[in-house]
Amino acid sequence: MNWNDMIYILPEVILTIGASVMLLVPVTGGRGARLSAKWMMIVLLAVTAGTLIYCSHAVENIDQSRQLQAMFALDGFSIFFKLLFIGAIAMLVMLSEDFLAEGKYSPWEYYSLLGFALCGMMFMASGVHLITIYIGLELLSLSSYILAGFYKSELKSTEAAMKYFILGAVSSAILLYGISLIYGVCGSLNLLEIAAAMSTIVTNDALMFGIMLLGAGLCFKIAAVPFHVWTPDVYEGAPTPIAAFLSTGSKAAAFAIFARIFYTGLHDFHVEWNYVLATISALSMIIGNLAAITQDNVKRMLGYSSIAHAGYVLLGVISLNALGLRGILVYSVVYVFANLGIWATVLMLRRHQYAGERVDDFEGLSKRAPLWAFAMVIFLLSLGGIPPTAGFIGKYFLFAAAVQAGFGWLAVIAVLMSAVSMFYYLRLVVAMYLREGVEAEFAITTPLRIVAGICLIVTLALGIVPSSLIDQAVLSSSHVAAHAALTPHAGR
Amino acid sequence: MGILNIVTYIPLIGAVLILLFLPKENGKAIRYTATFVAVADFIASLYLWFNFDPKGTGDGMWQFRFIHSWIPSLNVKYDFGIDGISLLLILLTTFMGIIAVVSSFAAIDHRQKEYYILLLLLQTGMIGTFCALDFFLFYVFWEIMLVPMYFIIGIWGGPRKLYAAIKFFLYTLSGSVVMLLSILALYFFNSDGIPFLNIKGLGNAATFSVLQYHKIGHLIPPTLQFWIFLGFFLGFAIKVPMFPFHTWLPDAHVEAPTAGSIILAAVLLKMGTYGFVRFALPILPDGTKQWLPWVVALSIIGIIYGALVSLVQKDMKKLVAYSSVSHLGFVMLGMFALNPMGLKGSVIQMINHGISTGALFLLVGIIYERRHTRMIAEYGGLAKVMPVYATLFLIAALSSMGLPALNGFVGEFTILLGAANRSIVWASFASVGIVLGAAYLLWLYQRVFWGPLDNPANKSLLDVNKRELGLLLSLVVLMVWIGIKPGIFFDIIEEPVNYVVRKVDPTYFAKQPLVYPPATPVAVTAVETSR
Repeated sequence: MNWNDMIYILPEVILTIGASVMLLVPVTGGRGARLSAKWMMIVLLAVTAGTLIYCSHAVENIDQSRQLQAMFALDGFSIFFKLLFIGAIAMLVMLSEDFLAEGKYSPWEYYSLLGFALCGMMFMASGVHLITIYIGLELLSLSSYILAGFYKSELKSTEAAMKYFILGAVSSAILLYGISLIYGVCGSLNLLEIAAAMSTIVTNDALMFGIMLLGAGLCFKIAAVPFHVWTPDVYEGAPTPIAAFLSTGSKAAAFAIFARIFYTGLHDFHVEWNYVLATISALSMIIGNLAAITQDNVKRMLGYSSIAHAGYVLLGVISLNALGLRGILVYSVVYVFANLGIWATVLMLRRHQYAGERVDDFEGLSKRAPLWAFAMVIFLLSLGGIPPTAGFIGKYFLFAAAVQAGFGWLAVIAVLMSAVSMFYYLRLVVAMYLREGVEAEFAITTPLRIVAGICLIVTLALGIVPSSLIDQAVLSSSHVAAHAALTPHAGR
Repeated sequence: MGILNIVTYIPLIGAVLILLFLPKENGKAIRYTATFVAVADFIASLYLWFNFDPKGTGDGMWQFRFIHSWIPSLNVKYDFGIDGISLLLILLTTFMGIIAVVSSFAAIDHRQKEYYILLLLLQTGMIGTFCALDFFLFYVFWEIMLVPMYFIIGIWGGPRKLYAAIKFFLYTLSGSVVMLLSILALYFFNSDGIPFLNIKGLGNAATFSVLQYHKIGHLIPPTLQFWIFLGFFLGFAIKVPMFPFHTWLPDAHVEAPTAGSIILAAVLLKMGTYGFVRFALPILPDGTKQWLPWVVALSIIGIIYGALVSLVQKDMKKLVAYSSVSHLGFVMLGMFALNPMGLKGSVIQMINHGISTGALFLLVGIIYERRHTRMIAEYGGLAKVMPVYATLFLIAALSSMGLPALNGFVGEFTILLGAANRSIVWASFASVGIVLGAAYLLWLYQRVFWGPLDNPANKSLLDVNKRELGLLLSLVVLMVWIGIKPGIFFDIIEEPVNYVVRKVDPTYFAKQPLVYPPATPVAVTAVETSR
């Protein structure tokens, strides 16, 4: 490694330095404290994004496939996800303001933790080596544990953090054990070298065990059944902006490594793992959606719904074809925006601490905030996969991938479950439009309005003219697809 | 620009204008604007009627084509075009659109702005569905229709509106997502194939073009056709609705406001039958034949079951709702006779059912506005206080039961001929349905309009006002027109129907060169041929 190689990780370096500085600002006392933590964070994110784009242009001429042989790749796939992460975190910063002001928590700690979490996510997106991926994942997880317990005085929040920490630590250990077994058999941790080693192996129990453990660890991170039980409790207990973070940015990062590991590293053993993952996916969709129906707490409902969405995204992994890979990329974007919009609404209804989180709290919203209620309907339809919202485009890719791969039964479960999911999404619509109950209290602030506005525009625009996103997904995933020798697709 | 786009999006533009420029307190302005938009849309659709060339064959059958690239990476096209079948259905939609808007003037007294916006949005969705010649586009419009209807039932409905609205939404949605899988299977058969199922694709460029699938449909292996047809069947049969998927219908109809019921009966149910005739039959000839016995059996059960259940209803609206199940059974039976006669009857009956049942729902709505009950037992002797209303109700009922010289007869008779041509057993079962149809409607009429006027609440009922009279008369004119001069309608659907028959059974016309001479007044000729 020489200094020229620094350009690959320059955005992460800048982000780490920035986040560290933010952590130190309160210590300096008087002068620093007058700065606005929020704006500093936004500037930091903007600089990171700018550097990322600059660096991506600088390494443009380097063969993206060659990058895969290293530990860290600044390829199309990672840039796609990194920009999504930065966008999501920027919106989360907007969403967090009220929460911080209300609890008089130190914004510096909070934002710098978000910065470190983002850094972890960016490493995950770029990791082409299991160690890089693992370290990124741990950085994200450790930051998330603390953030989940940020309501320091609330028992529920502490409980959420404890649960998340203990289960997360166990799952990390399982993941690490899986990685070590794979290393033992394949002699490398680079995904391409693993793939190369695997192509010569017919069958090997240790390797199978390793893949299984690795898969289990990853499934914990995306909250797929049967590794999902932490999700509703953590979402319910964690501060709402952090629940939003866990269900959008953090989840998308886990989707990214899922895609990367299985598409680049483990595709030769597709036949061995696809049925296991198919079962997990089916269970996630069924249990996630059915359990969400009975929830009265919106945060828990969204928790179960996010389990179901993990099941949909797994369709893209199982199919192992070009459509599936594109589907994961497209769906991540679509899912993040629709979900953030809903979380913005939950935050808007939040009066203090945990109030305003029940389905009943949405009652009569259409009367006093008609535009907001309309936006909410669009977000819910998008999560349910109803055109003309972006959610339909995302689901279209995943369902199409499953049909093309011959997982017809799984596709049938998926479409039926997405119909079931409308049942509980409609509960919120019913509350907003069809019930004229108590007057819901809410406080619309400018940052919330901006976030909801962006999410609404993106969700509708990507639903009606999805070409740009699809083209970008095709382009960004092309070299990953080429390496995995995926089933071609006549569409392009 | 494309005239079809204009027809499709006039209601959408109207809805946006109402949303942006009219304050919600000004109910009058909203009502009149909505009426103006609906009328404008109807006039635009008349342009289609006068410029449509019924003689177009082959690719010329699809007229007013408008093709534009939409999602190039998936090769999804924005492809609009209509044939005679879609033309009639679009005209029905725009016409019933006016009826729906005007009939809501008195009935909808709260949240008017939202109501008319949703009604207009729904109209855009419906017209778009009939125009789309690209599966992706079709699916988008098909799903868009769900949302406004959900709100119309859910906000302005009766006491059990929440239950009815959710049931309607989920039922239809589950059917349509399964249909989406069938569309995907077609898509991959045409292009890449489905390697895991050992199905080799044709290797064509990926496309969603319906016409392309009309061309390659017969190449699909029978087993695959079986499954694809099942997916389409679930999507469309729920919408029709066929027995045993009909349970959402009575709930939705009873709870929906009058205009919602009118639109639901007149147009939304036709989406299902239209789907069969446009997609399932021409694309999947083998699948159609494999499923034929089941579909026909369910249609016949639907005809008789629907009629029997109508017979015992105590609620007028529910009675009319169940009669729809019976009538749509006829439409399906005629369609699956798979001969030109049956298919023509089926298409004409789609229109007839829209007009007659729309009129019946409107009439039930009118009396409900006055008395706030739909229970048959509450009424009796209404002919004495509401003579005009009674007369119009009689005409609508007679049209619905198929009295000659009214529209219902033309459709039902042609369907029976087509069915009998195929199997006399089918026709015999179906004719039982006609008898029962006469029974439940006449019995309803007898209980409501004749007998002593003994309920004091009914003694001061007002007869129809000018607005209601106008709406009903316009429907009656249509009933009579189709009843005595159906030839022009049959001419329009001649080519599309023969096209479908040729797709399902390429040798049909070779085997039977003389089915009946085209372009003749059908009722008379039909009788002669059957002799």
